[in-house]
Amino acid sequence: MLGATTAQDRGVRLRSVALSTRDPTWLLTNDEGDYALVTPAEHDAVRAGALEPGSTRFQDLAAKGLLPNLARSAGLARLDEAVRRTRKGFLLEGPSLHIFVVTLRCDHACHYCQVSRAHVDAQGFDMSLATAEAGVERLFESPSPSLTVEFQGGEPALRFDLIRHIVEAVERRNLVEERAISFSLVSTLHHLTADDLAFCRDHQIHISTSIDGPANLHDGQRPNPSRDGHRATLVGLARARAVVGHGGVVALATITKAALNRPREIVDTYRELGFHSIFLRPVSPYGFALRARRRIGYDVGAFLAFYDEALDYILELNRQGETLVEVYSAILLRHILTPFGSGYVDLRSPAGAGLGVLVYNYDGLVYPADEARMAAETGDRRFALGNVDQPLDILLSSPAMTWLATGSVAETLPGCRDCAFVPFCGADPVYHAAAQGDPVGDRATSEFCRKHLGLFHSLFRRIAEADAETMRTFLAWALQKPRNAISEPGYVER
Amino acid sequence: MSLGRPLHTHGELKGVRHVRLLKLMTWEEASITTVPEAARCVSDGQGGWHTLESAPVVVSGLRDPRIVAPGDVVRVREGSSLISVIWRRGARANSLFATERCNSLCLMCSQPPREVADDWRVAEMLATLPLIDQDATHLGITGGEPTLLGPGLTDVLEASGRLLPQTQLHVLTNGRGFRDAGAAAEWIGAGGPRTTWAVPLYADGAELHDEVVGAPGAFDETLEGLVELATRGARVEIRVVLHRLTIPRLPQLAAFIYRRLPFVEHVALMGLEPMGFAKTNRDRLWIDPADYVDELRAAVFHLANRGLATSIYNIPLCVLPRALWPFARQSISEWKNAYDPACSGCVLREHCAGFFTSAGPAWKSRAIRQFSEEELSHEMA
Repeated sequence: MLGATTAQDRGVRLRSVALSTRDPTWLLTNDEGDYALVTPAEHDAVRAGALEPGSTRFQDLAAKGLLPNLARSAGLARLDEAVRRTRKGFLLEGPSLHIFVVTLRCDHACHYCQVSRAHVDAQGFDMSLATAEAGVERLFESPSPSLTVEFQGGEPALRFDLIRHIVEAVERRNLVEERAISFSLVSTLHHLTADDLAFCRDHQIHISTSIDGPANLHDGQRPNPSRDGHRATLVGLARARAVVGHGGVVALATITKAALNRPREIVDTYRELGFHSIFLRPVSPYGFALRARRRIGYDVGAFLAFYDEALDYILELNRQGETLVEVYSAILLRHILTPFGSGYVDLRSPAGAGLGVLVYNYDGLVYPADEARMAAETGDRRFALGNVDQPLDILLSSPAMTWLATGSVAETLPGCRDCAFVPFCGADPVYHAAAQGDPVGDRATSEFCRKHLGLFHSLFRRIAEADAETMRTFLAWALQKPRNAISEPGYVER
Repeated sequence: MSLGRPLHTHGELKGVRHVRLLKLMTWEEASITTVPEAARCVSDGQGGWHTLESAPVVVSGLRDPRIVAPGDVVRVREGSSLISVIWRRGARANSLFATERCNSLCLMCSQPPREVADDWRVAEMLATLPLIDQDATHLGITGGEPTLLGPGLTDVLEASGRLLPQTQLHVLTNGRGFRDAGAAAEWIGAGGPRTTWAVPLYADGAELHDEVVGAPGAFDETLEGLVELATRGARVEIRVVLHRLTIPRLPQLAAFIYRRLPFVEHVALMGLEPMGFAKTNRDRLWIDPADYVDELRAAVFHLANRGLATSIYNIPLCVLPRALWPFARQSISEWKNAYDPACSGCVLREHCAGFFTSAGPAWKSRAIRQFSEEELSHEMA
């Protein structure tokens, strides 16, 4: 993980931002993901190179590499480089998430459906066996030592036979490849038979489902033919848990306009169902969702207000001893509180599009992200990397990849390169291309950017307050430990 | 009063030429041992010992016969009555002494270095290794600065790998020498995965660290050495001695270790040993551990939460808050370990590090006290 020496006179690249805290506070960050919280006066002094040498603050910032006018010594420069290599270590691994869209058919007609969908009885929307097998070839062409194979739709359970075929082909091939393989399945749970679930159990397929909150909210935005989506999901959940185990099913909640004033109810739904994690996901501007925007969409600010209230509630529950992780905050906190990356393909720089994720669509086209497929489904053909029969190196040097790469490195993008949150954030060229027409994008009007700015402000405000119970929760999330394993937070970097 | 037996005694020695290393053993052991024949030194059953040569070394009339026991390795010299135990069977810790020389001059050094030509110690270590029990779990190598032996250290590490393949080595080094990539490769290769390199780091910045170790430039050399150690996959422990100079930045040092040295296997936070320079510099270094509990606690939990194994050495339990007890170790070698009169009757004594024998009244924390069974069960409830 450690590499060669860099120039000894390497300067420090400092970024800073004023936080929305009670006491005026500035956040300082660098490329290694170190941070410090300082007063406005200290911030001015740092920027002017006028911080008093020998003061505690000076020593704090010097050690972390947050003084722009202080060169790093040879030893520190080498350790800094090692941190940067570790944080960006995912780059050497190649695509690790391989998504198979085994069918586009689904019996739900969710108002926000990202994926575009076909009627459950439609013809010509299922993946062929040849496409599935070619996808297996492609995923093993990735040099990544760990591979996640995810089944998406539509409702992939409608073609569980294909899922079986792919899982068995991957496992057979892996006898010689010896990669670390994990499988996941994104499903409504409605159509999974006992046999399907036993297969999931026997092949350790992690199951992920959608639960949008209480029944009236869920059913209002996730209509299915029998008008019993919520009830059927709970039945499916119980059945799935009985076979694959309680922890074998996770869920996420898509937050629509109708959900905005119900943060507690949504969280409580998850508690009542015995979940220990919840993923609060805003509706995204892809595919059908873009058209349905007026009905279900909202300003990012409204989502952030919702999220902040939900997070406060979740933190309160944790304080009272409940285990409940908000998955997205946990990812951001891992980026903030540890020197390691998370490798999370949807929030990293260079972006995960193509470099971390490949989507094998039912029709044999290959996309660099689920969102790229959704954009393509609405008619934008620029996102396809090529066909699943083409070798990986051809797909990854396709015009679409070259195009998306122009917006893939956050540290070089206008609006990102000087942002204090960029060490913890990522680039999303697919979003910016789909929403703004250009992978580079314009951060001033970017919802991706506004959302992340809001989330980072929200988390750093709490870190600045350094409440011991909140920090216990944050550390447990960031370090992926049970909260009771963190009996007290210890020193909090500020 | 020391808890364990001292490492030296005097006696009547006959037949000693130059310097001899002897492995003490019973007759039963002598019949099955793999120790070189010339080093076998058997008990006469009456407190005396002799080798099995035609002109044997005879050890008798020991001033304190309890100092030595079967299994121990002792050094005797021609013309001296001194018998030194250099390896003791069953001891909490055994170390080989590599050299008295050092390129640092730490304010609190318990073993002040001397600029002497003691390369002969390489030969003595090489001669000692075959006499050490092969089932020994741990063996330390200390000094002075062992890496000043250069290739001599490589020889010792290689020999220990051959002779004691099951024994974990623990080498105390300031790490500065490892910035020489060639030398680092030699030592780390010879030490192999059995070896942990225990490197002291006293601050998160050069100014303070260099002041503590009395060597300008040492901080950066140690960091570069740590890079070489990590690059080669060596096992690294970080050691921090706790005193008035190191305490103020201890929490920030913990953060620095996690952020910049996350590869370390163990962090030892160590109370001061009142020996050598520590005694000379007492007024500059002394801080009652009761007064640094907050910094210690902040550092320990910062590290432990993040999965870095953390230990507290040399601090008695009564000085530490209950939350830190799980991190406290009985770290003091028996021969220099003692308890305070206040400890008699304390129910925690069996689990407590206690004190260095060298700790006089000037080194006594105001928090020293005894725990009763009653108080403990009351607090546990």
